[in-house]
Amino acid sequence: MTFSPPTLLVLGGGTAGTMVANKVRRVLPDWNVTLVDRDDVHDYQPGYLFMPFGMNTPEQVRRSKRRFIDPATRIVTGEVDRVDADGRRVLLESGEALDYDYLVIASGTTPRPDQTPGMLGEGWHRSVNEFYTFEGSLALRDNLAAFEGGRLVVHITELPIKCPVAPLEFTFLADDWLRQHGLRERTELVFVTPLDGAFTKPVASRELGHALEERNVALETDFMVESVDQDAKVLRSYDEREVPYDLLVTVPLNMGADFVERSGLGDELNYVTVDKHTMQYAPQGGRPVHPEIFALGDAANLPTSKAGSVAHFSVEVFIDNLVQLAHGRTMTHSFDGHANCFVESGHGKALLLDFNYETEPLTGTFPVPGVGPLRLLKESRFNHLSKLAFRHIYWNALLPGRPLGLKPQMSMAGKHPEGPPAAVSASMREE
Amino acid sequence: MPTTTIAGRPLEVNEEGFLTHPDDWTEDLGVELARLIGIELTEAHWVPIRFLRTDHAAMGETPTLRRVSTQTGIDVKTLFGLFPKKPAKKMAYVAGLPKPKGCV
Repeated sequence: MTFSPPTLLVLGGGTAGTMVANKVRRVLPDWNVTLVDRDDVHDYQPGYLFMPFGMNTPEQVRRSKRRFIDPATRIVTGEVDRVDADGRRVLLESGEALDYDYLVIASGTTPRPDQTPGMLGEGWHRSVNEFYTFEGSLALRDNLAAFEGGRLVVHITELPIKCPVAPLEFTFLADDWLRQHGLRERTELVFVTPLDGAFTKPVASRELGHALEERNVALETDFMVESVDQDAKVLRSYDEREVPYDLLVTVPLNMGADFVERSGLGDELNYVTVDKHTMQYAPQGGRPVHPEIFALGDAANLPTSKAGSVAHFSVEVFIDNLVQLAHGRTMTHSFDGHANCFVESGHGKALLLDFNYETEPLTGTFPVPGVGPLRLLKESRFNHLSKLAFRHIYWNALLPGRPLGLKPQMSMAGKHPEGPPAAVSASMREE
Repeated sequence: MPTTTIAGRPLEVNEEGFLTHPDDWTEDLGVELARLIGIELTEAHWVPIRFLRTDHAAMGETPTLRRVSTQTGIDVKTLFGLFPKKPAKKMAYVAGLPKPKGCV
């Protein structure tokens, strides 16, 4: 009897999928690894935030996918039609079928402007902008350059979104950019959110709410957009409020891949339902169990930020568990929801947020308690330089799967817990 | 956690007045909680409220507005009509559940 090594099939060659493919080769070198993606473009997505302001060039954020994937990996280019979970195979739109022993869904999340009436139209990528795609970010750079003042409205359609702090960062950077270009006096900057404050977590919401106030940014909360009226240039909410704009920068509804829905593996936003500690598929509503299916990165419905840091930390936990499964053992490693996000605040500074499922972002120092050098929830020049430098770490260490020396589990060392959080409207409170 | 008395019962609530223990909830209490925020419950209100209770019991968390809409077939505009201004929060309050995690 011949032994044939197991096949791991990875759907998606973004941050999570690339890391999985590369790390599996190191720990289970005899396994077959196949990765499916629709194209060969890998963008450093945090760069989308910087492109409109000329802080990153398009060339700096775009690479070939293959360049970062271990050459022993079989790469298949194509669109996934659906996962045939009972048959342990994935069907591509081309008709090709790929068998697997283990499946990792890492197909991410996509902005869906088509889901909000009026968002797509004549003004799309002109007066109605987004910075969640390469094309959108590039168009916004040009539209901002032509902006002569008026109402600049930054808007979030609905949560969850990829990188939930990015709209705030965009607002801070826009404030700074407008000042530098002598346009701030002529511009009303407005931040429109479906949340009841600047951010979700109370301490961060308060700190970031202050940052908006300091910059004279108007905050419109609890705004659930019903439609965009491009003729009247207004956002309309379900409770019939109107927010006029001259230049709108929206974050469209984010959704997981359509094939997740076709495969019966997703929730109402097409995110794969998973156990939040193992990222193993957790069927809902009486669907059959498939312990060989996992989802990593933005494609999963983990109750934490959709962010590269979460992809990174959760992939490390997954790989440790996969090795145990490969040896017929039980998975013992548990992901704690750890996220670690730099927040650009303009003027060459940034804040750092560090949190998990149980603990909200706190003030303090990171990664060395009491020393830093990074300061949590406080603006510093060093945080900003670290964020800029991260692009190099991403290309050269993170994607290839080299150890970064950060433990996946969050640490409380060096952090300053607060008393019970104040009511949600804390971000509006004056101090 | 503060304690308050609603419909003659001492209840533990959080700083925003949401019930701390979903198991304390009864339909009678739901009627009273709705009255406190100026809503008289009709059968149209009860459909989403009962869904919230069932879904929370099954999933361990309060459904988002989108989930309530897609799972019950009641469109978002109608939910705004039934629970004005802040339907997600008001439905959770009436159903005795934590407010939905807007997310993270």
